[in-house]
Amino acid sequence: MQEKDPQSRASLKQVIQTIYEQLEDGTIPNMRLPTRTKKNIEITEGEVWVYGDSESTRSAKTTKGAYQLLKTTHLCDLLINDHLQQNKSSTLREIYYISENWNHAKFNEQPESDRLIEDLEIITGLQREDFHVRPEENGATIFGPLRIKETTKRGERTMHCQEDVGEAGYQIPYNVEKIEFLEHDAQLIIAIETGGMQDRLIENGFDEKYNALLIHLKGQPARSTRRLIKRLNTELQIPVAVFTDSDPWSYRIYASVAYGAIKTAHLSEQMATPQAQFLGVQPTDIIEYNLSTDKLTNQDIKALHNELTDPRFNTPYWDEQIKLQLELGKKAEQQAFAGKGLNYVTDTYLPTRLTEIGMIKR
Amino acid sequence: MEDPLAWKLAKRQESISIAEFFEKNRQILGFDSQPRSLITTVKEAVDNALDACEEAEILPDILIFVEQTGRDVITLIVEDNGPGIVRRQIPCVFAKLLYGSRFHAVKQSRGQQGIGISAAVLHSQLTSGKPVRIISKIGKDHPAHYFELVINTKTNEPEILKDEEIEWDRLHGTRVELEMEASYVRGRRQSVYEYLKETAIVNPHARITLVEPDGNEMLFERASEEMPVAAREVLPHPHGIELGTLMKILRYTERKRLAPFLRYSFSKIGLHTAEEICKTAEIDPNTDPRTLGVDDAKKLIKAFKKVKIMAPSTDCLSPIGEELIYRGLRKEHTADYITTTTRTPSVHSGHPFIIEAGIAYGGSLRKDERAKILRFANRVPLLYQQGACAITHTIEKIKWRQYGIDQAQGSLPTGPLVILVHIASTHTPFTSESKEAIADVPEIMNEIGLALKELARRVSAYLGKEKTLTKRREKEVIIKKILPQLATKTAQILERPTPDINPIIAKIMGNVLVKREIHENEKVHQVIIQVQNNTETTQRFTLHETHEHPIYNPSPTPKTTPIASEYNYQWKITLRPQEKKAILYDLQTKPDELQKLPPPIIDGIEKELVTGAKAINQRGA
Repeated sequence: MQEKDPQSRASLKQVIQTIYEQLEDGTIPNMRLPTRTKKNIEITEGEVWVYGDSESTRSAKTTKGAYQLLKTTHLCDLLINDHLQQNKSSTLREIYYISENWNHAKFNEQPESDRLIEDLEIITGLQREDFHVRPEENGATIFGPLRIKETTKRGERTMHCQEDVGEAGYQIPYNVEKIEFLEHDAQLIIAIETGGMQDRLIENGFDEKYNALLIHLKGQPARSTRRLIKRLNTELQIPVAVFTDSDPWSYRIYASVAYGAIKTAHLSEQMATPQAQFLGVQPTDIIEYNLSTDKLTNQDIKALHNELTDPRFNTPYWDEQIKLQLELGKKAEQQAFAGKGLNYVTDTYLPTRLTEIGMIKR
Repeated sequence: MEDPLAWKLAKRQESISIAEFFEKNRQILGFDSQPRSLITTVKEAVDNALDACEEAEILPDILIFVEQTGRDVITLIVEDNGPGIVRRQIPCVFAKLLYGSRFHAVKQSRGQQGIGISAAVLHSQLTSGKPVRIISKIGKDHPAHYFELVINTKTNEPEILKDEEIEWDRLHGTRVELEMEASYVRGRRQSVYEYLKETAIVNPHARITLVEPDGNEMLFERASEEMPVAAREVLPHPHGIELGTLMKILRYTERKRLAPFLRYSFSKIGLHTAEEICKTAEIDPNTDPRTLGVDDAKKLIKAFKKVKIMAPSTDCLSPIGEELIYRGLRKEHTADYITTTTRTPSVHSGHPFIIEAGIAYGGSLRKDERAKILRFANRVPLLYQQGACAITHTIEKIKWRQYGIDQAQGSLPTGPLVILVHIASTHTPFTSESKEAIADVPEIMNEIGLALKELARRVSAYLGKEKTLTKRREKEVIIKKILPQLATKTAQILERPTPDINPIIAKIMGNVLVKREIHENEKVHQVIIQVQNNTETTQRFTLHETHEHPIYNPSPTPKTTPIASEYNYQWKITLRPQEKKAILYDLQTKPDELQKLPPPIIDGIEKELVTGAKAINQRGA
């Protein structure tokens, strides 16, 4: 039983209570939710993405709305009476399968149940972890000078993320709130797109030399990874740099770390780290370091053009970089530095770039 | 003695001329490609068969047999149950170009040019070297005649290779067999199959059987036992006459004076009109018409246009009729909705015409494709040059979106629909001699437009109804399946009683809600009946309550009728849309009897519009 569980139960019961009262009152049951599209995204003063004022109503007047309300009811029942009451948890995928027994309330596909859980987060102001709902995959890993305490189902575990872990690092649990930061020597955080590059930095001892926390993003970062970066940044005031490939999709990885994403805009305040800086690989690096490249595909070009109008990239810096890349017609991977020797990235590129963005002093 | 060289040359010239005529006019005649040659031949033979059957008022039964008898060689047999052809006419009908009785007649008929079957015979003869074989029989007690014929290309006269009497197991009819260079194609618009299918649609009185080269047999069954009304021959109307034709009839008339000539050679010209025409043309009405030259003929045509002449009569037209087009479309398409129309007759440059149209919608028709257009002129399907035709142009001009049908700007509508247009006319204006596309004549386009818009309105109304039905069905899913579950599930989670969902059902269905609540006390129970009008119109009805015991303190006061041992109370109620009213009274009865109370009864509203009460309808009946 978690501390927050009674509160979570009450919040979910309130959702049911609202529907019940509407039924009792003779009002056609309905539910209001912020519109979850790009059009309804606003940027807060803290520079993160949140939903705007536009709302849409889900009403039992339409079959679609009626089905959604019934599904919501069944889902709340599962979360209240199975998860929170009996201290169990399910993965997103398991929930989709559990609904097979719900007759008319059965989900047609997993994205539908995933989305409904996000809706419940929005309505209750809680997070899916509060409902004991886990993502399918485990979180990414962190490696560096940090001692933490994790509350597991089998008791508390204390460990140092350099000394007490193997070469793979400490695996970030899906519920980051279970972690307590005990002590650290970290000067900076480098969030890295690929596992190969994280391994390279560990092997070269970059974490020790620069007192760096190396966090693997595993492509588009999971919520837990983003939440951990946010907590490290705000609670311990450690600056964050994001190190990715040089292509439009990688810039979006950076943007979701820094500002948030449309699908999870209701959680941006908890998960986005607007202070995070983009380290590279930058299109200008392609020229400066004469990196091996691939040609931009049509999709790449389209994505770059979209980014030119994306508010998250609406700065002179990104405007210049993206236009340069379109001009070059090229993209490069993080691993491209290996062409200049295995130590080049840790000895030359990273120190140079970190100095440029002011995260280390020479 | 040898023939002089000049004679030989002359003969050769003649022989060249008929073959050359054919060569030069291949496209016009419809023999410019191998697939088209076959379609044209089938078309000529089938047209003849249908015309013959109609004239004799016999329900047509036509067999088309296509056989592949060599590479690029097809043998075609077309057999009908028509009246047959008398022996002496057989050679001319099949083996003399431009022989036909229809050339000058003013009457709606399938073939207009009279080139017809003999052109197919010539094509067969030129490409296979084989004669055409004919069997024809005119009645039960007559012999069947078998002919083998070729056209003498020098003289355009038939040459008889065989002329025999044979046994034929038919009562009457004609059988034509032709061998020719041609090819049988299928799966596309321009094919023998499609031609016959469309022919079957506009000739629902015909039974047509097609045997394909692979032995596959296709039957287009007749959908009507009714013969189409035969078209009547009429005199030409002065407004449609061309100079050449006028000159010809002036020359060959037996009338001695111009005025009577006009009266008896044209329709709609009476004594008075004839004189007025002569006066306007400044020609003496007593002039011998045979002496008039080209200038006089021109003056006459000018006068025809100036003098007021009654519109041509239209009984020379033979429309298919709304009912038969409907049946034709229904038998060849699986559609959800079919609607047809026949316009009243109209006139273009002196020629009467009637537009008929039909639209089939839905069913097995493809939703994502452009509408299929079926074009007909005088019951003959037009397969080629769709893009050049006035019918297509008119369809493209109509704003189909107004009628709930998709359409890209200025093109054919998209959706599960077949659009059929038939023009019946004594003279159909085609864009060219190949007679495949109707010219953009404003009067014709206007009529097509009016016909199609009328049909589109009906389709739109049908779609509207369908939409309402779908909505109603959706609502039923909501009220019967989802809402009850939602009520039980939320009640179960909160451990509270299941709420009454009738008020919500009434709102969703747009019904009149009747909700009776009873507040139980020890002795006297208070009854509250709420009525709410969720419909969009004002509702007037009577609410009945029947009890074993009298009620007390009712508000408002009901009309009371004691029946036997029971008490019947009636409240007359009028509710505007969204208006609510309440009826209150007290009741003394044992608590267990409360459970057995009959439901309130509503009189005066349809059952479907009432929720929470039993509806009867005495007043409306």
